[in-house]
Amino acid sequence: MTAAFLYGGAGILLFALGLWSLLVHEPLLRKLIALNIMGAGVFHVFIAVAHRGDGTPPDPVPHALVLTGIVVAVSATALALALHNRLEQDASDSAQSTSTSTAGLLSGLSISPQSDIIRHE
Amino acid sequence: MNRDLSLLIGILVALLAVLLLGVFHSTLALDPGQRLASLALERLPESGVSNPVTAVLLNYRAYDTLLELAVLLAALLGIWSLGPARPGFQPAGPALAAMVDWVVPLAILTGGYLLWVGGHAPGGAFQAGALLGAAGVILRLAGNAGAGLPSEAWQRWLIVLGAGVFSLIGLLLALTGYGFLSYPPGQAKWLILLIETAATIAIGVTLAAAYVGGRPQMAQPPRSPLAPMADPEAKR
Repeated sequence: MTAAFLYGGAGILLFALGLWSLLVHEPLLRKLIALNIMGAGVFHVFIAVAHRGDGTPPDPVPHALVLTGIVVAVSATALALALHNRLEQDASDSAQSTSTSTAGLLSGLSISPQSDIIRHE
Repeated sequence: MNRDLSLLIGILVALLAVLLLGVFHSTLALDPGQRLASLALERLPESGVSNPVTAVLLNYRAYDTLLELAVLLAALLGIWSLGPARPGFQPAGPALAAMVDWVVPLAILTGGYLLWVGGHAPGGAFQAGALLGAAGVILRLAGNAGAGLPSEAWQRWLIVLGAGVFSLIGLLLALTGYGFLSYPPGQAKWLILLIETAATIAIGVTLAAAYVGGRPQMAQPPRSPLAPMADPEAKR
C-alpha cells in the first residue's frame, strides 16, 4: 500500500511537473520533452494500480496497456521530432534565402548601373 | 512568458497534483472489488501462452495491439512524407566500429530470445522489436547512414508486415467461422508466435526508420535549395 502510493504518487508528481513545463515553456522541443514526462507519470500510476498486495499476482491488463502506451508515445514523439526538424529546416532555409538575396542586391548595387531602378522598384 | 502568469500556472498545477494525490490515496485504500485480473488469470490456460501480459496483448485485447501497429505505421508514413532523411554521422573510429560489430549481432540475438520467451515470461514482440530498433540506431550512430536497413521497396514491405500479417490472420479466422482474431483452441500458440514474429520485424524496422528521420535517400542527387530561389529575386 505504502509502496504503491509512493510509486503512483511519484507518477502524479511527474505528470504535474510535465504539465507545468508544457504550459510555461515556449520552445517546441521543451514542450515535447514535457509531454513525454507527463506520459511517464501516467505509466507510473498504471503500474502502481496493477499491484494489489503481495499475496495476489499483479493485474496484467494495466501492464499490457502501458506496453501499448510506450510504443504509441515513442512513435508520436518520433513524428513530432520530424515535424520540428522540418520546421527548423524551413526557417533556416528562408532566413538563408533572404540573406543571400540581400547580399545579391548589395553586390548588384555596387556593380550594375541600373541599381537605382532596382532600388526604386 | 509573463512571470506572474507562469507563477499562477505553477500554483494551479500544484493544486491539481495535490487533488490527484488525494484521489489516488483514497482509491488505494478502497477494496479492489471485481477486477479483470482474476478473469484474465482464470482463462490463461486457454490463451495459448502462459505469460498473462502476452495473453492480454495478443489474445484478449488483440485489437489494441493491431491498432497500435497501425499507429506505428501511420507515424512512420508521416515522417517519410516530410522529406528525405538528413545525412548521417561521420564513420565511427576503430574502437566504436569494433564494438558495434559485437553489439549489433548480440542485440539481434537477444531480440529473438525475448520474442520466444514472451510466451511464458516477461518479453514479447515489443521488447524484441525495441532491441532490433536499437541495433539500427547504433548502426546509424556508427556512420551507416541507412541504419542497416534495406532499400526503400523492402522497407515498405517490412513495415506493413506487422499490421498486414495480423489483419490477414484475423480475416482468415473470421472467414473460417471463428470470429475476427478469436483463435481456434489448440492453435493459439502458433498463431500468436507467427503474429509476434511479424510484429517484431515490423516494429524493429519502423523504429530504426523513424530514427533515420526521413524518406530513404534515393540515387537522385540532392537539389540545391538556393538555385531556384535566387531567380525570382533577381528578376525584381
